[in-house]
Amino acid sequence: MKNIKTIAKPTLKNGCGECQTS
Amino acid sequence: MIHKYKFKDQYIVIDVNSGAIHIVSEIVYDILDFYQEDRDEIVANLSHKYDEANILEALDEIEALVKEEMLFTEDSQVSMHILEERDAVIKAMCLHVAHDCNMKCKYCFGDTGAFEGERSLLSLETGKKAIDFLLKNSGSRRNLEIDFFGGEPLLNFDVVKELVAYGEKAQEDYGKNIRFTITTNGLLLDDEKIEFINSHMVNVILSIDGRPHVNDNMRKTVNGKGTYDLIHKNYINLVNKRKGTYYVRGTFTRNNLDFSEDVKHLVDNGFKSVSVEPVVTDPSYDYALKEEDLDTIFKEYERLADLYLDYYNSGKEFDFFHFKVDLTQGPCVIKRVSGCGAGTEYIAVTPNGDIYPCHQFVGNETFKLGNIADDVFDNRLYGTFNRTNIYSKEECKKCWAKFYCSGGCHANAYHMNNDMLIPYKLGCEMEKKRLECAIGIQAKLS
Repeated sequence: MKNIKTIAKPTLKNGCGECQTS
Repeated sequence: MIHKYKFKDQYIVIDVNSGAIHIVSEIVYDILDFYQEDRDEIVANLSHKYDEANILEALDEIEALVKEEMLFTEDSQVSMHILEERDAVIKAMCLHVAHDCNMKCKYCFGDTGAFEGERSLLSLETGKKAIDFLLKNSGSRRNLEIDFFGGEPLLNFDVVKELVAYGEKAQEDYGKNIRFTITTNGLLLDDEKIEFINSHMVNVILSIDGRPHVNDNMRKTVNGKGTYDLIHKNYINLVNKRKGTYYVRGTFTRNNLDFSEDVKHLVDNGFKSVSVEPVVTDPSYDYALKEEDLDTIFKEYERLADLYLDYYNSGKEFDFFHFKVDLTQGPCVIKRVSGCGAGTEYIAVTPNGDIYPCHQFVGNETFKLGNIADDVFDNRLYGTFNRTNIYSKEECKKCWAKFYCSGGCHANAYHMNNDMLIPYKLGCEMEKKRLECAIGIQAKLS
C-alpha cells in the first residue's frame, strides 16, 4: 500500500492464568 | 473505534478492537475524520487540499483494511459470563514480611510501613501458612508468584530466606512453580543479601527516585537524612552481579515534573531497567499532581521518548517500564479485559495473616477478606472485583486505551473517587500519553 504501513497485525482475536500479575 | 494521533513526523492510527496499528500518510489521516460519510462528501471536504485521484486511491486502501478487519473493527466483546465462570483461584500473593520501615518517605502509601496499624514483622510460622494457603488455593494454576513486600522486607530477611527455602520445597509437592520477587529501599543491602536475592528472586525492585536532590527530598531515613548516597552504591553492587531482571523504580511528584532528567540520571549512572512513575496521593498535598500539570507532564513524556530514541540509536538502549508494549501479541483478550487480578487471583497478606485484595488496600478494614488461619477462605468480594473491568466501567467502554491499560488500578479509583468503577482521571490521561509515546517509539523503530 502506498499510503498505509501496518506495524501491528490484529492481536485481539484470540484465559489460562499462567501469565504474570500485571 | 479508532484512535489517531501524530507522533513526531508520523501519523499513527490504532484500530482499538483488533489491535492493528498503522502508520499512514497525511491524506489517509485526514480522510479518517470523514470516513463515515459517502465518497462524494469526503472528496468535497478534502478537495481544497488534495487531488481527487489521490483521495480516491487512499480511500481504496482504507476500505481494503476495513474489509480485512484491521480498521473500524467491531468489538468482539468478551462475554461477561466467561469471566464469571472462571475458577476462583489465587495465583499471586504480595507477602508483607514487615509492617515497619527504616525510611520515612513523604509519599509512602503504607504509612511509612505501618499501614495504619501496629508496626510488626511476619513470623516464620505465619509466613509458612501463607505459602501453604497459596499452594492450596491455586487450583490448576502452575505458575505462582510471591512478592516479598513491606514496609521494608530486608528488616526481616532471615524469615525471607527461610520462606524461600520452604516455598522451593513445597512447590515440588504440589507440582507448582513459585516465582519469588522482592522490593527494597536498599539501605540494608549487603553482599550476603545480594547473593541470596540474585540467586532466588526472578525480579527485584530497587526504590530510588532519580537525581540525588530529587531522591533526598522525598526518600529520607527515619532521622530525616537523604538516602541517595547510601543506596546508590548498594544498587550498583547488586545490578553488576545480577543476571536476572530488575528495575530501579522511582516516583515523580509535582516537585520534579522534569522527571525525564531523573530517568536520564539513572541510565547514565549504571541502570538499564528503569521505571519512574507518577505519585498517587491525597490531592491536598503540595507534591500531589494536579490536572493543570498535565500539559507539562505530556511534554515531559515526549522528551523522555526523545531520550529513549536518542539512546537507542546511539547504542545505549535502556528499558523504560511504561514504554514497554508488545505489539506482536501481548496478553490474551481475557487478561486484557480482566486486568491485574486484584481481589480475584491476587491477594496481599499482612504480618498477622490478614488477607486483602492487594497491597494498596491493606489496612482498610472494609476490604479485609479474612485470615490465612481461617478454616475456609470465602472471598466475599470476589464477585465485586471480578465484575470490575473495562466493560463495566463507563469511562473505559469508550476509551481507545482500554485493551492496553485493562481499566487501570482499582485501588486508585477507590481512593480517588470512592468507587472502583470510576477510574482515576489523572492516571488515565497519563497512561494514554505513555501509550502514545510507547507505540510511537515502536513506529519510529519499525
